Amino acid sequence: MKFALEEDRGGTEGGRRKQLVAHRLGRDERRVDSRTIYVGHRPSPTEVFIPPKFCDNRIVSSKYTVWNFLPKNLFEQFRRIANFYFLIIFLVQVIVDTPTSPVTSGLPLFFVITVTAIKQGYEDWLRHKADNEVNEYPVTVLEDGRRVRTESEKIKVGDVVEVDEDETFPCDLILLQSTRDDDTCFVTTASLDGESNHKDLESLNATMECEQPQPDLYKFVGRMYIYKTDQEPAIRSLGPENLLLKGATLKNTLKICGVAVYTGMETKMALNYQGKSQKRSAVEKSINAFLLVYLGILVSKALLCTILKYVWQSKPGQDEPWYNQKTEREKETNLYLKMFTDFLSFMVLFNFIIPVSMYVTVEMQKFLGSFFITWDRDFFDPEIQEGALVNTSDLNEELGQVEYVFTDKTGTLTQNNMEFIECCIDGVRYKYRDAVGTELDGFCATDGPVSKLHEKADKEREELFLRALCLCHTVQVKEPTGQDQTDCPMDPPDGLGLDGGRLPPPQEQRGFIASSPDEVALVKGAMRYGFTFLGLESKKMKIMNRNNDIEMYDLLHVLNFDPVRRRMSVIVRSKSGDTLLFCKGADSSIFPRVRQEEVDKIRVHVERNATEGYRTLCVAYKKLSSEEYDRADKGLREARLALQDREEKLTAVLQEEAAETMEALQGAGIKVWVLTGDKMETAKSTCYACRLFQRGTELLELTVRTLEDGARKREERLHELLLEYHRKAVQEAPPVKPGAGRGWSKANQDYGFIIDGATLSMVFNSPDSNSSRYQNLFLQICQNCTTVLCCRMAPLQKAQIVKMVKTSKGSPITLSIGDGANDVSMILEAHVGIGIKGKEGRQAVRNSDYAIPKLKHLKKLLLGHGHLYYVRIAHLVQYFFYKNLCFILPQFLYQFFCGYSQQHICVELLLDNATLYREIAKNAMLRWVPFLYWTVLGVFHGLLFFFGVRYLFGNPALQDNGQVFGNWSYGTIVFTVLVFTVTLKLALDTRHWTWINHFVIWGSLAFYVFFSFFWGGIIWPFLKQQRLYFVFANMLSSLSAWLVIILLILLSLLPDILLVRDAGESGEGGARSWARPLLMRTFSIEANTVV
Amino acid sequence: MSKEVSTANRPDNTAFTQQRLPAWQPMLSAGIVIPGFVLIGVAFIGIGVALFVTSKNIQVLEKDYTGVGETDSSCSKCVALPEINCQCSVTFSLSKLFEGPVFFYYGLSNYFQNYRKYGASKDANQLSGDLDSFKAPAESCEPYRYNSNDIPIVPCGALPNSIFNDTFKLFQLVDGRKEEVPFDGKGISWWTDYNIKYRNPTVIPLRNAFNGTVKPPNWPLPAYELNTTDPSNNGFINQDFLVWMRRSALPDFRKLYRRITEGDYAKGLPAGNYSLEISYNYPVVAFEGRKKVVFSNVSWMGGKNQFLGIAYLVIGSMCVVMSLVMLIVYAKFKFPDEE
Repeated sequence: MKFALEEDRGGTEGGRRKQLVAHRLGRDERRVDSRTIYVGHRPSPTEVFIPPKFCDNRIVSSKYTVWNFLPKNLFEQFRRIANFYFLIIFLVQVIVDTPTSPVTSGLPLFFVITVTAIKQGYEDWLRHKADNEVNEYPVTVLEDGRRVRTESEKIKVGDVVEVDEDETFPCDLILLQSTRDDDTCFVTTASLDGESNHKDLESLNATMECEQPQPDLYKFVGRMYIYKTDQEPAIRSLGPENLLLKGATLKNTLKICGVAVYTGMETKMALNYQGKSQKRSAVEKSINAFLLVYLGILVSKALLCTILKYVWQSKPGQDEPWYNQKTEREKETNLYLKMFTDFLSFMVLFNFIIPVSMYVTVEMQKFLGSFFITWDRDFFDPEIQEGALVNTSDLNEELGQVEYVFTDKTGTLTQNNMEFIECCIDGVRYKYRDAVGTELDGFCATDGPVSKLHEKADKEREELFLRALCLCHTVQVKEPTGQDQTDCPMDPPDGLGLDGGRLPPPQEQRGFIASSPDEVALVKGAMRYGFTFLGLESKKMKIMNRNNDIEMYDLLHVLNFDPVRRRMSVIVRSKSGDTLLFCKGADSSIFPRVRQEEVDKIRVHVERNATEGYRTLCVAYKKLSSEEYDRADKGLREARLALQDREEKLTAVLQEEAAETMEALQGAGIKVWVLTGDKMETAKSTCYACRLFQRGTELLELTVRTLEDGARKREERLHELLLEYHRKAVQEAPPVKPGAGRGWSKANQDYGFIIDGATLSMVFNSPDSNSSRYQNLFLQICQNCTTVLCCRMAPLQKAQIVKMVKTSKGSPITLSIGDGANDVSMILEAHVGIGIKGKEGRQAVRNSDYAIPKLKHLKKLLLGHGHLYYVRIAHLVQYFFYKNLCFILPQFLYQFFCGYSQQHICVELLLDNATLYREIAKNAMLRWVPFLYWTVLGVFHGLLFFFGVRYLFGNPALQDNGQVFGNWSYGTIVFTVLVFTVTLKLALDTRHWTWINHFVIWGSLAFYVFFSFFWGGIIWPFLKQQRLYFVFANMLSSLSAWLVIILLILLSLLPDILLVRDAGESGEGGARSWARPLLMRTFSIEANTVV
Repeated sequence: MSKEVSTANRPDNTAFTQQRLPAWQPMLSAGIVIPGFVLIGVAFIGIGVALFVTSKNIQVLEKDYTGVGETDSSCSKCVALPEINCQCSVTFSLSKLFEGPVFFYYGLSNYFQNYRKYGASKDANQLSGDLDSFKAPAESCEPYRYNSNDIPIVPCGALPNSIFNDTFKLFQLVDGRKEEVPFDGKGISWWTDYNIKYRNPTVIPLRNAFNGTVKPPNWPLPAYELNTTDPSNNGFINQDFLVWMRRSALPDFRKLYRRITEGDYAKGLPAGNYSLEISYNYPVVAFEGRKKVVFSNVSWMGGKNQFLGIAYLVIGSMCVVMSLVMLIVYAKFKFPDEE
């Protein structure tokens, strides 16, 4: 084959030269939007050959190289507001003379930065490895008739690439030739659009011109100039059916040749792949918001202190009392510069209000917390022997806040296969019962059928039905199974044999390939009942019936399925000469075309089955007279079918507990959108099956089909429909209570919205101003529907939808879940991406933030873990702000009493402080209490601590030996009160006391006491000043100090016990109600038990 | 789940990993809380009363001798004409026994010993007897590091330099005769400061250690002559020096100067007239400060401090009131009105 191609090309040199001129001209005109590909890189000898610059076939998903890692990573890290802030503080501490040592903020910052850099570096190294694996994948390139083995990354545009069966295409190829007779090949595009459609692709050969790379998978425009020795080059247009996409796998075809058109980062797959950007959780965003508030407080505090300092200093004698004279340098410094450095000093002094320790703690909490997901046994799937996987720990708490779930259908909701469940022939219902121990059996009255109560339909009818199933499809038998049946033709059977009926076991493993799984399911279903489709051979379909006889049918016509007609038909001629038309399709397209009296019987079944969530198809047949056939043959137009009609039920096997999961999610007020590359019908039936759509759900459909009603232009129709749906769903609907769940009553009309890819691109890409308006309408409609179904989506469109919702008003938290490579873009786009460890490879899992083995685990992940994490992190953050406010406020107040000299209270204990609370906070399961509450509480406590001790120090002689306490004692008392109060506050808020809580809370108090003794009990050789030497011990020797500590702690905690707290506005969607104070709750609980 | 598939991947089934640790949920029922509050309240009131009474019984005598504002003070002249060891006196009379042991404090106000740079302006190494830092005092001592001739100051820094240098002598006026009340200058500083934290250089005689150094500019005598009679109170372990070095927390402060524990006055200061003679050296007028002396006796809770007692009483009674309120609320819930 290849040689033929080469010869062909060799011979067309002359012709091509001419042609090249022609299309150079053509190309110059629209240089921007097309590219010319020289097949096999054969430049024209007559003209100057400028090799077109295309990118090579290297895929780069890594972010850093060895060289740019350090600067780039540092830059990215310091873009983070907190890191930058701490860097500034650190620099100020280094440069300006400040009360605290630069080490106290430099060390944690350095630690955080280093750990993050190592983590990111490791991740990038993994990406490099994965890239190399792909880029060094061996491929075969044909060069001047020789086959050259090379690496995938060396493929250039214009190379002719040979691909063997079951290999993936290394780049986007135009199919030139295939080993199959009909020059088609089969590919599975599972990793692209998620469906294992096996698509026929035609092959062509020669040089071509095609559009610039663009991400739409289903769009490709090009022209090919085919050169023959003796004739003008033929021009053929190229469409998406000629394009083999990178990432797809060649199936059922030994070998193909194709010319590379798009390589590397320009392939459709790469264009559909979005870079993995770092995701930030919403909690982090709100932390940043809190941070800004506190930054405001910080700056104003520092400003206030600076101003007051200079006001105070302007009083005579205060600026430079004789006992504290300034140095020469201080005297010489410019006043404004001094003011500025003072301001900075105050900033640094108070900077602990925004502590580095919080970031470290939050990171640690998330990191360690994510282990709980990995450890959860409920996530363990015995089938794949794996549990959940956490790829990022930044988003734990986000799981508890999801408002929108975008789910892929295939492999996520469904298990990516279908089964034949039951059928109904002439109004009689059959159900296949898979009795354990019995062999698969046919419809025989003895053991198979269920409907003994029913009158059985004609045996002939049954068999006719089964034949119809066997014939009316486009399924191909996977050939090289090595167990070819004998081809001897048998007499056409007529349903005589009743015995036998056993199938040879190997047949069971017979592989079928079809463009949709339901066809396979039907053929397999028929096979179970004794009719086996053996294959198509030169326009003859072979069937083996129950008697192991082979029946042959001439295939006269196939009318393929298309979404507009929603049915497919075949016309076959049996051995006996009868011409039969079989038609299979959705009920809506079959019913109008069959005898009305039959319809009603069937309709009942169809509707019942449909509402149970099964996918239903109807089959009809008609015996065509020869005249009718001729007529049909000529016009191939639809004859009005006038015969029986059958119905069958299929189910896409749902993932375990998919429906329950979906229901639970909806119950939690989460909106579920299904985004699938699948056909609308399949997707719809799945939605019914998952109870996303229910009987009462009114479907609003916005698809190519609804758009094509009438003669008007699509755009107008789109406009009209959008407005209509908007009126229905948005304007007339009563305002939906968020989180109210779906009502079962009719009063609350549910809407389901269906849109397909083509229409969606119209919505997004419609010209001029309409686009944003349409998008708006679309979004509003969608938000008012309980479920939205988007079918026929390209991966990028999925991401587009997610992005649209993500950026819509209120910026809801989105979660995407999927298992295939086609879901990657969606997974990356959403706030939280979840991969299912399904069958479709590992791309989704690799790119996801969390991976779980089954869909059912989503429920626990979101409603269990997510909730907990959210509560914990929220409390942790609030608590941290509170604690630091408590901590910094006494210092602030102290400035008023020490002449604004930035004297601080207790520096050594700061370091201690961070370690103290890290552990506590990590394990506390606590409530969300509003930020303001904590802030006010922090202020209250801070004031209390300070002034309590201040009045105590009205007389500093606190010991019974009359000795006085100094400023270090003062600080130690305040700090001790603080530590005990905030820890006990935590203890008070702790609802569940596990041994860890006990250990941590009491342990940290004990540690504080121990540490203070230890720190103050020894002269530390490395310290310049032993400022805290024995201060703590001395404090404990004073009874008054004890008393004031007890007093202040109790006083601080009193309001906590007594005040009614309103934590209602927690924004968790009704999940949490009023958090009442301990006492009130206790009362009502007791009251309840008593009454 | 019943069949245990043995596999390495399966997560451990421990209570911790599955977040199923046994948890104790504290249930503060009214039956515990109300008695608890009453108990706390009663205890607090008890402590409060004890504190209050104790504090009430502490005798305090304060005398301001700044010499500014009061015209009758003999110290006014020292303000007007500063000279070294300007002598002035304050007289007072006690109508009843001032119970001992009596503690004698000096107090300064509007004096910012807690000023950061001031506080840091010393060399801890010098003060722990490190001879190396005698030659090169710490940078934090600026501008009291070297004198104008570049000779290191020991002890350097603003804090040592500004040591309180008024001295007092107390006389009881008995029949027109002045009888000196003996002061005890020992044990007025923290034990750890005196015994561990501050050390003199181990050079004998001590003055040799100070060769090549100068005294702080405000000091009348070098460190090694602070108390020439008692080597255990000389140099850096001089008690007055140690008291001064323990900086005060607030700008209005008092520091212990002497105790009156000896001789006839061990039981306290008997009723009578007294005269406190002051060598007035320490200038405070420049920064609007004031100086005072305080006689006080102490109790188990330290010096006189009404705040603590009052606070305890208030909190204690609040607890009791609160528990009453809770009791009413509780009763209402528990015994709802019959309809």
